[in-house]
This record gives sequence, structure tokens and C-alpha cells, in this order.
Amino acid sequence: MELQLKIWRQKKADSPGGFEVYRVKANEHMSFLEMLDVLNEQLIAERKEPVAFDHDCREGICGACSMVINGRPHGPNQGTTTCQLHMRFFKDGDVITVEPFQARAFPVIKDLVVDRSSFDRIIQAGGYISVNTGQPVDGNAIAIERDTASMAFDAAACIGCGACVAACPNGSAMLFVAAKVSHLGLLPQGKIEQDGRVQKMVAQMDEEGFGNCSNVAACEAECPKQISVSNIARLNRALIAASFQSS
Amino acid sequence: MKLDAKIPEGSLDQKWTQYKSRVPLVSPANKRKLEVIVVGSGLAGASAAASLGELGYQVKCFTFHDSPRRAHSIAAQGGINAAKNYMNDGDSVYRLFYDTIKGGDYRAREANVYRLAEVSNAIIDQAVAQGVPFAREYGGLLENRSFGGVQVSRTFYARGQTGQQLLIGAYQALSRQISLGTVKMYNRHEMLDLVVVDGKARGIIARNLITGAVERYAAHCVVLATGGYGNVFYLSTNAMGCNATAIWKAVRNGAFLGNPCFTQIHPTCIPVSGDYQSKLTLMSESLRNDGRVWVPARKEDAEAIRRRQKSANDIPEDQRDYFLERRYPAFGNLVPRDVASRAAKVECDKGLGVSPTGLAVFLDFGAAIRRYGKSKASVAGKAQPDEATIEKLGREVIAEKYGNLFEMYEKITGENPYNTPMMIYPAVHYTMGGLWVDYNLETNIPGLFAIGEANFSDHGANRLGASALMQGLADGYFVLPYTIGHFLSGEIRTPAIDPASPQFEEAEQKCKMRIEQLLQTRGHQSVESFHRKLGKIMWDHCGMSRNLQGLQSAREAIRNLRSEFWKDVFVPGRADEFNPELEKAGRVADFLELGELMVVDAMHRNESCGGHFREEHQTGEGETLRDDQQFNYVAAWAWPDLDREPELTREPLNYEYVKIATRSYK
Ligand SMILES: Cc1cc2nc3c(=O)[nH]c(=O)nc-3n(C[C@H](O)[C@H](O)[C@H](O)COP(=O)(O)OP(=O)(O)OC[C@H]3O[C@@H](n4cnc5c(N)ncnc54)[C@H](O)[C@@H]3O)c2cc1C
Ligand code: SF4
Ligand code: FES
Repeated sequence: MELQLKIWRQKKADSPGGFEVYRVKANEHMSFLEMLDVLNEQLIAERKEPVAFDHDCREGICGACSMVINGRPHGPNQGTTTCQLHMRFFKDGDVITVEPFQARAFPVIKDLVVDRSSFDRIIQAGGYISVNTGQPVDGNAIAIERDTASMAFDAAACIGCGACVAACPNGSAMLFVAAKVSHLGLLPQGKIEQDGRVQKMVAQMDEEGFGNCSNVAACEAECPKQISVSNIARLNRALIAASFQSS
Repeated sequence: MKLDAKIPEGSLDQKWTQYKSRVPLVSPANKRKLEVIVVGSGLAGASAAASLGELGYQVKCFTFHDSPRRAHSIAAQGGINAAKNYMNDGDSVYRLFYDTIKGGDYRAREANVYRLAEVSNAIIDQAVAQGVPFAREYGGLLENRSFGGVQVSRTFYARGQTGQQLLIGAYQALSRQISLGTVKMYNRHEMLDLVVVDGKARGIIARNLITGAVERYAAHCVVLATGGYGNVFYLSTNAMGCNATAIWKAVRNGAFLGNPCFTQIHPTCIPVSGDYQSKLTLMSESLRNDGRVWVPARKEDAEAIRRRQKSANDIPEDQRDYFLERRYPAFGNLVPRDVASRAAKVECDKGLGVSPTGLAVFLDFGAAIRRYGKSKASVAGKAQPDEATIEKLGREVIAEKYGNLFEMYEKITGENPYNTPMMIYPAVHYTMGGLWVDYNLETNIPGLFAIGEANFSDHGANRLGASALMQGLADGYFVLPYTIGHFLSGEIRTPAIDPASPQFEEAEQKCKMRIEQLLQTRGHQSVESFHRKLGKIMWDHCGMSRNLQGLQSAREAIRNLRSEFWKDVFVPGRADEFNPELEKAGRVADFLELGELMVVDAMHRNESCGGHFREEHQTGEGETLRDDQQFNYVAAWAWPDLDREPELTREPLNYEYVKIATRSYK
């Protein structure tokens, strides 16, 4: 199949960017990133600069890949990261627009690569259980109900990709924060610090320049790990509980 | 040079306990003055950096990723071993130790492996306390499953995402130390060289990948936790960024590389489908708990399947060859990886492969679906369930156990593995070889430590499933924090290391010159094309089976490719900017050197053991044939000067507790 790609090119964080159009031949077995590899090899052969994009595992688990394809973070398929998107979902002659994730808290580094270190700082603010190496009791000392463990897992499946932010008209990171707050808060080990954790993480989120949540739920629709917005409700309850505690 | 593994005196089960009570301590006041560089933030690096920070050392941690959470460890699927014996099925520290030594085909060091088994249980406790949501039984206790090469269930898991959950646990512990100020994190920084001052590792040169600046970082010691080098084969299950640069630069500075040719080829991966392919995807070994591996017994059937005239479901039971169950009745589908991989290759070489390329075998869940379906129906009180009910209930159980793997398979291949069996083929997965380390996890360069997949230590010639996560976390949480004191206790009077010294200056200049050379060659071939060519040489001649002639030709071919690279590579862009092609170029240049050493090692080891299968040395039944008289040692290679031959030092392996025997899974 032959495709026309409209790709956002931007040299540096502070330089202006714009779309460039490329033609590339692909086949249906390729992944989207392999199709971009082909384009890049083509550009290199023409002694031009290849398109920069973040990627690593190419299995949908590391959270590195991040582009917006035809207006949707990680492309058209539900529950799928860009690296897992295959070309059989496109057809000959398609025009595909590719842009970086856009949000105030995710400045562009180059082309499709953005800086998501704000997520790391939110975790550093309180997204952990305070336990030093060597302190814990036996792993089976505290039984955890199977369903509870499973719910915690569902939230812990977040890959920190930032698609939720890119999908949100307000550029909010609520789904990401809520996923962590739920993961830890649902487990007995994480309950103890929950109040402080919620407050500190939300404060850091605000400081990083993420927007407010206005219940649009676009985040859930675009999340490649299908993290549920019910986690946001849980986060809001936890916030209220925490503010009662502190007042 | 004589290698001293520094194995403590005493009986096997007392060595570590006694070591811990005797190793010199560093007082809290002194810890605050001692700086440690940790390169890598995977399971090994993140757990080490966090634990060292907790102890009070001043840590600088580096990763080329944009966040520590993206390290390749995140992709581990199946699970992590521990000798908890929660299942009451006869497991013990000794059995885990023994299985690991035997699985490694008697080429690992007893004392290290025993210690690994000893600390394995604490890892589970630690992870649970951090909030790792392991799978649980209905009663709320931790659940286990089996992996290859063992007859107990000792593998803990978190659906098919165990590595992700364990890494997030370690990442959160690391994040906590970052917020407390004990660890300073350098994301998107790639180590380009090691700096050795007066014989001790004292720092690194790193490139800031965003600005392109080449920077100096000094510390009292350096820990490399930079993962494996499977990507030397181009196609592997490793993430795209995995590379050998850090350990290779250590070798170029005088460190020994242990058993570089010991590579693990994993039997259950999605087969290669085209030449544009950038990587291969693993289907976790846990699938062999329930999946049965087979090929058609008759060549005609295999041919018809390849031509798509027949499908797997058209082949009746009695026309299928479950070749692992046939050849290895005692372990069946759960033989170790090297054994399973070779067996699949043998069948495909006979013309029984089932994909259009002929390089694939089936992994079939049909029997498991029916078995689980029946048992679920009976629990639900259905005495005589119909076939459709059985199928439906069985699929639910399989989905719960392996759902994400089945989804991943379908996303890639476009085929539904609930309906037709998966097609799988072996692929490069893990490197048992790595930097040679002693009992302290210290290399032969004082002050340089290596942990996780980056070292050679515990897996001998073949790693058992679910043991890499165990080893990475054992090293980082529970071993290095003690053993590093062995070195650092002697450094309490050493003031902060000065990055302005001539050694730093020289190393920095060397890195800059190399970058310039890469950019100024301005030839006609892309970095990628060199990497592909190297990968093909390695796979064809230093892969699943090897012979002298092939290895000789491979060495020649790699040397030619290397000189071609430096004459004809084209790297676009500049040095002082974000330039992924430049990063890749440096990594491939290092692979082109490392690959040759792997071939040299494979050539010298004139025996077969574990994943190292020399065609000249096999039993009548096609099993590996070791030569314990001649090769019962670790091959530690030095190669500081590429114009001379690599130099071999042997560390003899003394088996005091395990009786060395022929590995049998029949
Ligand atoms: C698909 C897959 C599935 C697996 N499943 C399992 C499993 O179920 N059970 C199991 O036990 N094992 C499994 N393994 C093996 C296991 O995941 C790895 O061996 C292990 O995670 C390696 O951890 P590590 O910390 O040593 O290295 P990695 O996780 O690879 O981390 C390396 C770190 O070093 C950094 N780094 C590397 N080079 C540089 C440099 N030059 N400068 C700066 N930073 C650098 C990287 O950024 C990264 O942070 C699997 C492996 C694969 C490929
Ligand atoms: S919540 Fe979903 S979209 Fe947001 S970072 Fe996590 S995985 Fe990505
Ligand atoms: S590259 Fe890892 S999730 Fe896409």
C-alpha cells in the first residue's frame, strides 16, 4: 500500500514547527512504527533528517511511544499503543496525520518526542509506599482479597504514556494520578499513607501545569490500558476524605 | 592474571550469613560523604539505587530512557522465582539452587547461586510491601505457577506483566529516594565511557541526549546495571534501545567479559514474518504450563498447512507429534529453554514447520481449554456439560491466566489463538554472558560493580525462566548494598573525586572524537543496514547451533563489516542536538566489536553446554555433550586493544556440593 504522511516536524523545543508531507510504501504486516522506520530509512538515503519519535519495547508496555495519529493519541484502535497498531488497519492511498502529544506540561523536544518528566515528579511527590529494603514481613502475612488485588492490578497497569493528557481538552493528568492513587490505596499496604499521598500528588500535578478535570472522559477512551474513569471518582473521594482528616 | 572470585570460607549454606556479619561496615556519617554512580534503572539498577540511597550513600543514577520506569525490565511477562514453598510441594533453598546449577548445565559458580536462592524469598516480601499486585488465590494468599526445568511451582506472577509490576515497585522506591534527595536522577543521559583513575573506577562520561552535551560525572565507585546485549543479533525479544555500550566500554578499559557466547534462545516467540521487521515478540514461557507444542507427524500435512490448504484443526490427534512430550516424558513441555528451542529447530529442519517460511511450530491450548472447562463446569455443579459450555468455561480460565498474551498475539498476527493454535519459533532473548564479577559483584577493576543481566554470574550456560527478575532484584536489593561496603569501607578517607583530572579530560576527548568520526564519515549506508547485516551473521553462525567453520567465517565477516562501517556509514544530524541516529550509531559500533568476541568465545569453547550448542559435540540423540575435563571453567576475556588477540583467563569451577552430572530431562 502507498500512504501519504503528514508529519509534524520541529527542530527544538523553542523553534517553530510545521507539517511536512511524505510518501511511503508499506505492507499490512508492518507495525505503525515499522512503517515509520521505512520512512526514516528512505529519508536517510536521501540524506535528510529522519523523524524523531520515542519508542522502545514495541510491545505496548514501556509507555515510550506517544504520537497522535489522525487526531487520536495512539491512533484509531481501542486499547492499543502506537507500537501495537498494525498497518492492516489502514488502506492504500490513506492520508495519515501524525503529531506529537500536545499539552502544556509535555513540551516538545523534537518532532514527535515530548518531555513527560512531569509524570515522574508526580510520582516522586508521593506515588509510593514508604518501605525500606529489608524491613517487610512475610509476603503471606497479610492476605488480600483476590478481587481487591485484581482491582489494584487494573489500576497498576498504567504505562505512564500520557495519552490521557493528550486526549483531554484541559490537558489534565487526573487519570494517571487516579490510577496510581487507586493502585496503592486499594491495597492494605498502601492505605496508611493514602491521605498525604493524594494531597501531595494532586498538588504536584497542579504545579506542573496540568489542567483541571471536567469529566469529559476522553482520557478513558484513549487510554491504551483502558484505565477506567471510576478511578477518578475514587481519587475525588480520597481527596475529600483527606481534606476532612487535615481540617 | 589470576582471577580471584573471593568466595568466602565456610559451608555453602553459611557463607552468606557469615559474610554479612564480617563485611566491614561504613558508618552513617561516612556514607553521606561517599558517592556512588549507578548506570541503569531497570530492576537491578533501580533496586540498587533506591537501597543505596536508603542506606545514606549519595547516589547518581543514569538512564538513557526518558524515565526510569521505561527500562527493558518492564517487558518481562511470566514471573519471578522464589523458594517460599508456599505450595508445600517440596521446594527449598537447596532445590532452587540445584535446579539453577543444573539448568545452567553446570557452568555457574556454586556460592553465588546458593546466595541467590537464599535471598529469593525476601524479594517477594519486599515487592508485596511495595504494593506489587501479585496473583492471589481465593483465600487471599499468593499464587504460584511452574516454569521450565523444574518440578515444583515456585513462580510468582502478576498476570502476564510481572516485570512491569516489579519495576514499578522498584521505580517507586527510587522515586521516594529522589524526593528525599539521596538519589539524583539523570534521565536521557547515556554513558559513553568509564573513567578509571589509579586503577579504580571513579566515574563516567555521559551524553545528555537532549542537548548533546558530553559531560563528566565522578564518584567513589561505579555500578553498571545496563542490561543484556541480545540486540547484537539485531532481531531479538529485547527492547529497541537495549545495548552493550556501557559494559563494552568497561571491557575496553580492562574489565573481563565472562562467557560472552552464552546466549539464550527462547523457544516461544512470534515467528519472523518479513524483512522490515524491527524486533521479535516473546510469548511467555508460562504458556508452556498449559500449551502443548507440536508439529504434524507427516510432512504432507506440514506442507499443506504451509500452503494454507489445511489448518492445525484439520490434523487429527494421532497425526500430531507432541515432540517435547515424546522426547522428554519427565518434563514434557516444561523442559528448559535451550532444550525446547533446539527441539523445535530439529523438527523444522526436517521439513515439519508450519508457517509459510517453514520456521514455526504450534503451541496448542485446546487440551487445556477442555480440561479447565470440565473442572469449572463441575465446580458450578454441572454434571454433564455440553461441549460448547466446556469450551466457553475453559476459554474463560485461559483468558484469566494469559489474556494479555493472547491479545498481544492477536494484535501482531491478526489471528485468534483461542480458535487456532499459536505459531511460535525460537528467538534471541537473554545473554547469560556479561561482565565477569566476583562474589562481591565487583569486576576485576576495583570499584566497578556489575549487577543484573549485565553481569555473567548466576545462570551458567542457560538461564531458567523467571530467574532473571529474581537475580536482578537479588543483586540490587539484597546483595550489592552489603558487598559494596567491602570496597567503600576502604574509601572513607578518599575525598570527593575530582572530575577535572586528566583521566576525565582524556576520556571526554575520546568520546567527542568518536562522535565526530561517526558524523564525519558521511558514507552511503545507514546504521540500521549495518546492524541488520551483523545480526544475520551472528544468527547464522553464532545462534542456536554453531560449528567451527561457521564461526571462523563469521569472525572474518564481522571484521570486514566493522571496517566497512567506519568507511561507509552515514549518520545524519549534528552532535549538539537530540539525535537518535547518532545514539544508534555508537551502539552498533560497539556491537560490531562485541560480536567478534562472542564468536571468539564460541570458537574456543570446544564443547556443547546449555545454550551453546557446538554441532561437533552432541550425543547420538542430539543432546549437548559437555567436556568437563577441559571446559569446566568460566571464560573471562580481556580485549583492551583490538589490534591484538583477545586474552583468555580461566576461572575454574569447583563443584563441592552438587555432583556434576549429565543434564537429563527425560
Ligand atoms: C520480553 C521479555 C520477557 C522477559 N520475561 C521474563 C520473566 O518473565 N521472568 C524473568 O525472570 N525474566 C524475564 N526476562 C528477562 C528480564 O526481563 C531481564 O533480564 C531483566 O529485566 C534485566 O534487568 P536489568 O535491570 O539487568 O536491565 P534492564 O531492565 O535492561 O535495564 C537496563 C537499564 O540500563 C540503562 N542503560 C543501558 N545502557 C545505558 C547507557 N549506556 N547509559 C545509560 N543508561 C543505560 C537503561 O536505560 C535501563 O534503565 C524477559 C526478557 C524479555 C526480553
Ligand atoms: S492512564 Fe492510560 S493513558 Fe494515562 S498514562 Fe496511564 S496508560 Fe497512559
Ligand atoms: S514502544 Fe513501548 S509501549 Fe510502545
